[in-house]
Amino acid sequence: MDGTAPSGEGWFGGIDRDDEAAATAAIHDGTADAPDDWPSRAVESGFAADENDYYEILHDATMAATRAAVQEHGRSDVQQLQRVVRAMDDCERVANELAERVAEWAATLFGDAGTGVDYCLGLAERDPDPEQRRVVELARRVRDLDDEATALRRSIERTAPEVAPNLAALAGPVLAARLVSLAGGLETLARKPSGTVQVLGAEEALFAHLRGHAPSPKHGVIYTHEAVRNTHPEDRGSAARALAGKLAIAARADHYTGERRPELDEQLRERVATIRARRDDADEGAEGGADR
Amino acid sequence: MSDGLPDGVERRPFDGRERLATRGSPVYGEPTDGDWRAWDASRSKLGAMLSRGLDTGLTGGEPVLYLGAAAGTTVSHVADFAGPTYAVEFAPRPTRDLLDAAAPRSNLFPLLKDAREPASYAHVVEPVDAIVQDVATRGQAEVALRNRRFLADDGRLLLAVKARSEDVVADPGDVFERVLEDLRSGYEVLATERLTPTHEDHLAVVATPRTE
Repeated sequence: MDGTAPSGEGWFGGIDRDDEAAATAAIHDGTADAPDDWPSRAVESGFAADENDYYEILHDATMAATRAAVQEHGRSDVQQLQRVVRAMDDCERVANELAERVAEWAATLFGDAGTGVDYCLGLAERDPDPEQRRVVELARRVRDLDDEATALRRSIERTAPEVAPNLAALAGPVLAARLVSLAGGLETLARKPSGTVQVLGAEEALFAHLRGHAPSPKHGVIYTHEAVRNTHPEDRGSAARALAGKLAIAARADHYTGERRPELDEQLRERVATIRARRDDADEGAEGGADR
Repeated sequence: MSDGLPDGVERRPFDGRERLATRGSPVYGEPTDGDWRAWDASRSKLGAMLSRGLDTGLTGGEPVLYLGAAAGTTVSHVADFAGPTYAVEFAPRPTRDLLDAAAPRSNLFPLLKDAREPASYAHVVEPVDAIVQDVATRGQAEVALRNRRFLADDGRLLLAVKARSEDVVADPGDVFERVLEDLRSGYEVLATERLTPTHEDHLAVVATPRTE
């Protein structure tokens, strides 16, 4: 009973009903131009005893294929993101450390020695004397690490919006990746209360506070976010709390629905604007008082 | 069917309030009463359509293709009253929950596929009497048009158009007009209704394939 229908074969064509791996592959990779009455055709071809039998096999096969596809995606996406963000941090950290070494060394060999990675980028382009050769080579390693950090950042900017669209939109791709990485995955991040999200990356300060030595930290890695950094120091706690609240919602939306919710962006903007407006009002009030 | 509800969907009292309900194992912490479980119309656009009395053409027991199944909240109710139910979802994360909803339902077939690429699941999905579409992507009319091949000539497309997915800043009314215009190239629109206040900025559309 070879299929003569224009749409070609169903997913069950040419596979053994007990071969789960083959069924998974067929559902995952197969195609057809148009649907067909697959249940009848499966019975006609002898693949299934009757329609009920066919639906039973189909249920098992779609469950197995979809479970495998989901696991594959989850593993690869989030783990890759975690690795990439850690590698980027390593490249930047090592580049900075080496740049310090280079600057210290170059100061003894070059009259115009500067500091930092930018100085190394310039130094790496030079044609050195034999005695300057090693330090210039070291500067070239700094340049290579800097290039690699940039490439890794690009990769995060591409993948973070796929893994966590809302979080990436609100936090920016790199901060989103850091939060996922610190939490140990998107699911664990989605389960954290916003107060925890607020201090992720400030564990040392948090435990010092819990032991009673220190004030509670106002923010962890979310400090790098514009909403916190560009807010007046006295209002940063409020800004960090507002930001963490929205980020927690974004992480939950990403984990549980995967649906982009553009209204979150606007809500965050409004909250931050309100917090900053308080400061402007206070300043104006103070000036007004001085005038009188 | 006197109230326009498909067989297998009933209005039943939960905590003194009449709510839609289907028979099946619970999925998202909804209240239950024996075999029956409440269908939360504020979390389900199809639930809102039925609860408002929109004529969906659903009778119960028919094959259904569900596009944008997400975590399976709504499609689990569909599988409770419909026949073979094919649930297409593109995002891996919500699909994990969809798998949990599908596990005890032998007529619910989860597929991690892109609804914009029907050829990638036409080798699995049979022709259906109803397509339920709730995808959060730009080009929702285009998705409906591409999936028309699955729908019987007298079948029904039950579409929830999300204005914000098409255009965040445009007026939802304008967005709906544009989507309906595109849709009419392949469908005859039978009814439309705004789903406010439970589903802000969503338009429910009932349509049937145009046959020339």
